[in-house]
Amino acid sequence: MLSRTAENLYWLARYVERAEYLARTIDATLRVTALPAAYIGKTNEWDSALLTAGVAASFYQTYEEANEHNVVDYLSFSASNPSSIRNCIEAARLNSRSVRTALTSEMWDTINSAWIELQEVWSKGTSTREELAKFLRFVQETSLRFDGSAYRTMLRNDAYWFSRLGLHLERADNTARILDVKYHVLLPEEEHVGGPLDFYQWSSILRSVSALTAYHWVYRETLKPWLIADLLILNDTLPRSLASCYGNLVRNLDQIGVAYGRQGPAQRHARGIRNRLEHSNMNDIFQHGVHEFIQEFIADNSRLGEIVTKQYLI
Amino acid sequence: MAVAFDEMNIPGGDLRPAYQELARWLKETPPEALEYRRQEAELLFRRIGITFAVYGEAESTERLIPFDVIPRIMSGKEWALLEKGLKQRVRALNMFLRDIYHGRDILRAEVVPDDLIFQNPVFRPEMNGQQVPHDVYVHIAGIDIVRIDAEDFIVLEDNARTPSGVSYMLENREIMMRLFPDLFARHRVAPVERYPDELLSALRSVAPQGASGEPTVALLTPGVYNSAYYEHSFLADKLGIELVEGRDLIIKNNEVFMRTTEGLKRVDVIYRRVDDDFIDPLTFRPDSVLGVPGLMSAYAAGNITLANAVGTGIADDKAIYSYMPDIVKFYLGEEPILKNVPTWRCREPKDLAYVLDNLGELVVKEVHGSGGYGMLIGPAATKATIEAFREKLKREPEGFIAQPTLALSTCPTCTASGLAPRHVDLRPFVLTGSKSTTIVPGGLTRVALKEGSLVVNSSQGGGTKDTWILDE
Repeated sequence: MLSRTAENLYWLARYVERAEYLARTIDATLRVTALPAAYIGKTNEWDSALLTAGVAASFYQTYEEANEHNVVDYLSFSASNPSSIRNCIEAARLNSRSVRTALTSEMWDTINSAWIELQEVWSKGTSTREELAKFLRFVQETSLRFDGSAYRTMLRNDAYWFSRLGLHLERADNTARILDVKYHVLLPEEEHVGGPLDFYQWSSILRSVSALTAYHWVYRETLKPWLIADLLILNDTLPRSLASCYGNLVRNLDQIGVAYGRQGPAQRHARGIRNRLEHSNMNDIFQHGVHEFIQEFIADNSRLGEIVTKQYLI
Repeated sequence: MAVAFDEMNIPGGDLRPAYQELARWLKETPPEALEYRRQEAELLFRRIGITFAVYGEAESTERLIPFDVIPRIMSGKEWALLEKGLKQRVRALNMFLRDIYHGRDILRAEVVPDDLIFQNPVFRPEMNGQQVPHDVYVHIAGIDIVRIDAEDFIVLEDNARTPSGVSYMLENREIMMRLFPDLFARHRVAPVERYPDELLSALRSVAPQGASGEPTVALLTPGVYNSAYYEHSFLADKLGIELVEGRDLIIKNNEVFMRTTEGLKRVDVIYRRVDDDFIDPLTFRPDSVLGVPGLMSAYAAGNITLANAVGTGIADDKAIYSYMPDIVKFYLGEEPILKNVPTWRCREPKDLAYVLDNLGELVVKEVHGSGGYGMLIGPAATKATIEAFREKLKREPEGFIAQPTLALSTCPTCTASGLAPRHVDLRPFVLTGSKSTTIVPGGLTRVALKEGSLVVNSSQGGGTKDTWILDE
């Protein structure tokens, strides 16, 4: 297939995944900030929402204060934030238009309808919490519909695999970013284990990767920080964990390699990361330093993006 | 202006035969049902994303072309005559182009004046002596046809460069079949859906000699911001070929390749929807980023076929248009089946004087204009507009031609106040391959939705209709 087509499919999936992740982040932050101050401590949750989205620096060029109004606006509707939900959907639609021939009609319909709704219903943003909740649901449903229609209607060929590569790379990046910003509340330090403060922080992390229920099913335990870290990093049954993303990335890259009759640096690099995750346990990671581990992962993951681009997309 | 010829109603109350079943159906169908279907059609167009862009509009860069649900109907007999005329016309266009870029018999015979060719910016000296496979220059032609009475078909304009609109012909039919299955059951409408297949075989048939048995065809688009982008992606999809942009192609050893995830892949035929000017920055406009550097050398080396060929603009130029009846006679020795609109060439002093004296009654067009831009419709213009145009005309008479205001035929059309006659034209698409010239029965009917308006261009408030040719 055309390299440009593969590139568009890859980014299309990334944009949709990113939009959903932003919606989840906002949703989770709204829940935490709705609690009385005694339960969440003095940290500014809106500030950390900006950090997990990776846009704190650009935010402060426009706004003075990270409060609900400003952050929701910046992450959801801002035209000047290149990765706002609005811009993600706009970019997804533009990408879809340039690769229409590689999309199934169901996928196109999902993106095009979302784009139409964005313009007709959400062009002025939201003014109440209720509207905002509706908007966030709309974004998450768009992503589910897109993902579902790709899964159910695409031919299992390189077009599908490149689209999945984008999805899993973006997803791994998002999960790692949450961990990067929140790692300190996951540290097993004696001083504040089990306080109400942490409980809500932890459940908020799980919520933002839709893993709160999953946690209970997997561990049958109350919320414990090291188990949360284990779930998000090493447990490959959780679709948003780093291990699961890398299982999928390795599989998709192998499928491409087989179809093209050639392996390359992307396959090797992905396998290297997957092996590291497979051979780690939480004890080692905590000893090595969670923060360092996550930061290394983020760098490795974005390196994979560069290698894939160089090997296939240009 | 005389009362226009109506394609459904005969003055005095009778109906033309092709419309009798439709008229019965319209009587049975309540107007709300039609309105409901119209809205449904609009929704479908929006969801499928059948949009076009209007240049120079900052807001709403994508717009829908209004779709009128009342079909335009022609009898098989009428179509047979039109089809014959179209094939004749396109054959002559191809022979004219072959001649202009080779022996130039027609210039020596003084049928067409030299300077109209050599001083014309759309004449491409790069094409002199260049062989194109099977001498086909215009693989895809869109000939704009109007009617003013029951007998004649008149060519308003030949489009021999990158004519667009065929996706509307195909999508209009799809949508009509979805919305009005019983209306189709009551008619025998000739199908149009084989157009993509015929286009692909025509394109494959003109592959260069060095191409493999299964030549690779690609569609070259200027990209998503082009007004006809939807059509490009639609056609690539239906043909099962890659939709490429200039940056996807690269020239090596005078061969054309596309960049794929598996490396470079050779391309043999390019169905290009990029104008000559932009197709190769090394040969034409150096600032073009839409083209492929070196494409013209690969073309000259005979390693790639471009459809349509470079330089076809010289055949559909409005200044050449007025010579078309003579061109048909010159090459084919036949009387032209399709008529021309009488045309005054403002470059000729006698004609200019007439035009200046009668601006209020005439339509004046720029020789190099298209899309209905830059033209004067005398009867509809204000005095000030006419005077401004008069100055322009005097300054550069060779840039214009003038024609009488034609009373284009009308068809029943849905309007805010019920069905009413509106002016229409027709663009059939003529395909020429190595062996044959084919035309899918029908074409794109464009309709001027404003009462009394004669401008059918989509960029200026025109709409479209499904066009039915009855198989009798």
